[in-house]
Amino acid sequence: MGKLSTTQASVSPPGGGIGAGDGNGNDLDGDTPPRPERSAARRELWRYLAGRISGAAVSMILVLFSAFFIFRIIGGDPVRAIGGDSPMTPEQRAEIEERLGLNEPMAVQFWEYVKDLFTLDWGESYVSSAQVTDLMWDRLPNTLLLTGTALILAAGLGIWIGARAGWKQGSFFEKSQVGISLTLWSAPTFWLGMIVIIVFSVELGMFPVNGMRSTRGVADGFWPEALDVAHHLVLPAVTMAAVIYAQYVLIMRSSILEERNNDYLTVARAKGLRDAVVRRRHAVPNAMLPTVTLIALQFGAIFNGALLTETIFSWPGLGLLFYQAIKIPDIPLLQLLFIFFAGTTILANLLVDILYRFLDPRVRRSA
Amino acid sequence: MSEQGTQQGEERLHSARAIVWARRRAALSTFWRLYRTQRAGLVGLAILIAITLLTVLAPLYTDEAELRASNAPGGRMESPSTEFWFGTDQTGRSILLMVIWGARVSLQVGVVAAVLAVTLGTLIGMAAAHFGGWISWVLMRLTDWFIVLPNLVLAIALVIALGPSRITIIAAIALTSWASTARVVRAQTMAIEGRPYIERAQALGAGHWHQMTRHVLPNLMPLVLASATLQVSSAILAEASLSFLGLGDPSQPSWGTILERAFDAGAISVGAWWYMLPPGIAILLVVLAFTLCGRAMESVLNPRLRDNT
Repeated sequence: MGKLSTTQASVSPPGGGIGAGDGNGNDLDGDTPPRPERSAARRELWRYLAGRISGAAVSMILVLFSAFFIFRIIGGDPVRAIGGDSPMTPEQRAEIEERLGLNEPMAVQFWEYVKDLFTLDWGESYVSSAQVTDLMWDRLPNTLLLTGTALILAAGLGIWIGARAGWKQGSFFEKSQVGISLTLWSAPTFWLGMIVIIVFSVELGMFPVNGMRSTRGVADGFWPEALDVAHHLVLPAVTMAAVIYAQYVLIMRSSILEERNNDYLTVARAKGLRDAVVRRRHAVPNAMLPTVTLIALQFGAIFNGALLTETIFSWPGLGLLFYQAIKIPDIPLLQLLFIFFAGTTILANLLVDILYRFLDPRVRRSA
Repeated sequence: MSEQGTQQGEERLHSARAIVWARRRAALSTFWRLYRTQRAGLVGLAILIAITLLTVLAPLYTDEAELRASNAPGGRMESPSTEFWFGTDQTGRSILLMVIWGARVSLQVGVVAAVLAVTLGTLIGMAAAHFGGWISWVLMRLTDWFIVLPNLVLAIALVIALGPSRITIIAAIALTSWASTARVVRAQTMAIEGRPYIERAQALGAGHWHQMTRHVLPNLMPLVLASATLQVSSAILAEASLSFLGLGDPSQPSWGTILERAFDAGAISVGAWWYMLPPGIAILLVVLAFTLCGRAMESVLNPRLRDNT
């Protein structure tokens, strides 16, 4: 849920802002090195990769450390979380403390935590006493299905509409699309979900109220089941896509605005190209570069959306699992999901950074 | 007559402070003149003024006692009527009344968290730009880390760890949303520090503190204010999300808390739209209003963003 600036990068002067290079290895827009020789370019590329990867590793270590700090040191009393409100004898209490290793010194607990991380022993859920990793792997495909659908929907539509809106600056189309996007962005995801369910499921009866599969009335076999899941998928995917879509429209629109008055577009028009071709072939590819950076930076927001959407629609994914764990609170599960969400975001950003290096034709040519 | 006026004006401008204030007044009136041309920004401002008045004056036209569940005047989940324009909740309280009083919590948390976040972001951004070197490296790594992480997930973890209360919610939101301000402020500080008058101040022996407070900060202020305005909208959305997930301030319901109760009471399956519409519309309106104001301020500051140029 990032701050919604007209263009986060363009508020600041040239050379600054979110998408801009700052010479500290943070150059997200991949400043071109001054056309070096071939081997030097390759060395530069490796140096870039090494910098990015080590940066991501440092971020990941910070995540692991903060997960330990948040959930173990200030995370309340795990014994009470396990036992619930039922009374407990001192012996039972001591037994649980022994099992969780809570009576060890903090340094030992941290060492055990790091060791468990690497041996993939992430502990048992307080509720079901299943391995938390098993719980996560069970739910992961459902979340991938929902977020993947929403993301493709939002990115495709958002970039397309955003490019057209920016191209026709000042037109009714642009103003109405910006208005719609700002309104969608201002609506809380979970509220949008509630309204959508009331209108389309409860009142009109077009879609199931919640869940991912019908309990009965579905024939066996792959296609009937897939259709049933797709039917359940429509409302959550649209709800989740709506808010992300709004962000993508606004980002793409301002990227196009930045490109609009550049000389190369005048040249393209002077060649006699149709307006739509100038936009598609010349403006959009250039505007995509800052857009990709900003989209990558907002990747974490996708998990925020997934968490709220899955909760409203009882979609059995990681977000719903996280919500159920909040209610207990189920510390090992929360910790694992926290690390997973953060780790995925860091990894995705790393991939985009590396991809960017190859997407930018200026860099590709020199490399 | 006019000659006399200029003479008086010159006299008034004798002290340094008077000069500074005259310059600030002039800057403010220029700002307002440009802001006035932004129609969306004016609409946002009007909405904010109206909602602030409704919230502040609430004790004058409503009865706070009816907020207590034991004192509820209506029946269980009544649909809208002339007495209760938006019906009642599961304990018989008027939804409209709860939304009017919920504004206090939502707005307070949103504004305070945004101010804290922007202050933190400004301090870190300025420090990173001014000191450079390894301090800058460490601060910017930290900033990147906070920008990239899913901030709602992090805020949830913090609120669970510290226990839900008004203060922990504000702290969790502020701590997870300062990073974008820090980045913008850092870039702007670097631009300002490249100007000759900073060099002059340094040559005259100005220390870090003097340079920052007297020369850099005043130039940053417009940007920081625009940033803060936009930050309020995301803080209000974050508060609503936290409350909806059951991590709200237990003592006083915010808009997010009302929606949580509606969800828990099964308002969706009975089709009680009146329970969910008012708090949601309230969030949407306030967030939209702050966003419109912030964007209008940005457009005033950055002529390239202005429409029809």
